[in-house]
Amino acid sequence: MALSPSEVARLAALARIDLTEEELAELAPQLDVILDAVAEVSRVAGPDVVPMSHALPLTNVFRPDVVRPSLPVEAVLAGAPAAEDGRFRVPRVLDEEA
Amino acid sequence: MTPSVLRLTAAELGARIAAGELTAVEAAQAHLDQIGRVDGDVRAFLHTDAEWSLAQARAVDARLAAGEQLGPLAGVPIAVKDIFCTAGVPTTCASRILEGWRPPYDATVIERVRAAGLVMIGKTNMDEFAMGSSTENSAFQTTGNPWALDRIPGGSGGGSAAALAAFEAPLALGTDTGGSIRQPAAVTATVGVKPTYGGTSRYGVIAMASSLDQPGPCARTVLDAALLHAVMGGHDPMDSTSIDAPVPPVVAAARSGEVRGLRIGVVRELGGEGYAPGVEQRFHEALDVLADLGAEIVEVSCPHFRYGLGAYYLIMPSEVSSNLARFDAMRYGLRVGDDGTASVVEVMRATRGAGFGAEVKRRIIIGTYALSSGYYDAYYGSAQKVRRLIAQDFDAAWERVDVLVSPATPTTAFRKGERIADPLAMYMSDLCTIPSNMAGNASASFPCGLAPEDGLPVGFQVMAPVLADDRLYRVGAALERALAERWGGPLLDRLADGAAGTYLGVATAEGN
Repeated sequence: MALSPSEVARLAALARIDLTEEELAELAPQLDVILDAVAEVSRVAGPDVVPMSHALPLTNVFRPDVVRPSLPVEAVLAGAPAAEDGRFRVPRVLDEEA
Repeated sequence: MTPSVLRLTAAELGARIAAGELTAVEAAQAHLDQIGRVDGDVRAFLHTDAEWSLAQARAVDARLAAGEQLGPLAGVPIAVKDIFCTAGVPTTCASRILEGWRPPYDATVIERVRAAGLVMIGKTNMDEFAMGSSTENSAFQTTGNPWALDRIPGGSGGGSAAALAAFEAPLALGTDTGGSIRQPAAVTATVGVKPTYGGTSRYGVIAMASSLDQPGPCARTVLDAALLHAVMGGHDPMDSTSIDAPVPPVVAAARSGEVRGLRIGVVRELGGEGYAPGVEQRFHEALDVLADLGAEIVEVSCPHFRYGLGAYYLIMPSEVSSNLARFDAMRYGLRVGDDGTASVVEVMRATRGAGFGAEVKRRIIIGTYALSSGYYDAYYGSAQKVRRLIAQDFDAAWERVDVLVSPATPTTAFRKGERIADPLAMYMSDLCTIPSNMAGNASASFPCGLAPEDGLPVGFQVMAPVLADDRLYRVGAALERALAERWGGPLLDRLADGAAGTYLGVATAEGN
């Protein structure tokens, strides 16, 4: 299994991370080594083994559907990169030109 | 007075404060002074604020003066890994992407620590988002191992472990996803416990891999760790994976230390090639100590543990790639490239490219790959099956033994820089600790001596079944007492009273 820099670039785009050319060149061989090392994992278990997603047998946890106090708006927006009119201000979401 | 205050255990410090022989303010000030004196060398702390700590201490003194009954740790300073949300106090997870962020709320563990009257003395350094085994992946600074400052203090909780060993705090909070409490404890001669998954609340702890992460206590003694465990632990309705059961009797176990008749299984697969001779030697000497105390030692095979590292490095990055999606530059933290024309996706990409360090990027990309369509079954699906096999190895072992043991990490502290360019070598540090995160059982590291070849600490790992955390403390306390008798005091005395620890300024008169 060999990951090319262009495949790493595609994965980085999926993960919404800009990588420099230098980062791409460094990451691709490192990821190869790691993926080689973990490859044996796919050969260990037979089809009869039930995958385990969690350490505990989990069940849904419910609480009564009642209104509880929440954080004040100012406290939540205090850490925002940008805020306006009591809301988070975000860059344009749509791609088309105005 | 200061060195003697700094050398006290948390239990002793709490008793003196409760008896009115010392105030919480005096205890906090002594530790703040120690941080001021030595942290330029150790660099365990990312953030301290004397006024913040002293205000907490004054409040505790006032509560005690008013006759309020607080627990045995009231007034005792505690260092907090920078992964725990502390209301109004910078919480960065050692990442540029959270630089300067002040959470609007406290983690549940922080609330409990406050309620018990502990005094937070600062936020400690760590690998960025807890990804690493050396604390070198911090975006802000590297931390030295107090035993040898050019060595790593372990990771990801290297700051918390180093703060304990440098006598900057008698207690610390950690989190353990693959060994981040136990491996730093091992290489600094401190005590670190990963509770049973679900035994301590993850609410307000910045998530790395949610099915593996678990907060736990870090301390210099077994009893201190147990006292902190009792404060931290217990059901939390804010964490849907929190176990609704009483905290196991950890404090009683730490006071007892009785191991007669206890069946101890040595994991055959966690030893041999790749393990330093001094690590194996001290580990086997500790086993002899436990046998002399009446424990029954048997060898146990856990054949799937050898695949644990590989499975972990698929499951953990997969969860990482999902969890770290929340750092999207929209609601908190860094935002880069918002020039009025860039789109939200462009801003996200620029921000995450600038705000995440190399190891975080590696893991997000591996996780994205392992979860992508066409590879999911081969990678993530297979890893989940191996996880099942590891849990079954544990279940089979518990039929025969009460606890399992191994070295906590294959080597002593390596030199800074030594493994930074070789991620796989770095990952090997967690070889022994990972299985317990996969299966969710309780596990701990206790000091068991210094390796003859380099004079550096070795950790003895104990693993116990789910919700049998008390057994860890039973074994830890037995070892601690027997070894202290053999050595003439705790292992950390050798640092505090020895030439290598002169810079710490905590030597006792007898030590001099």
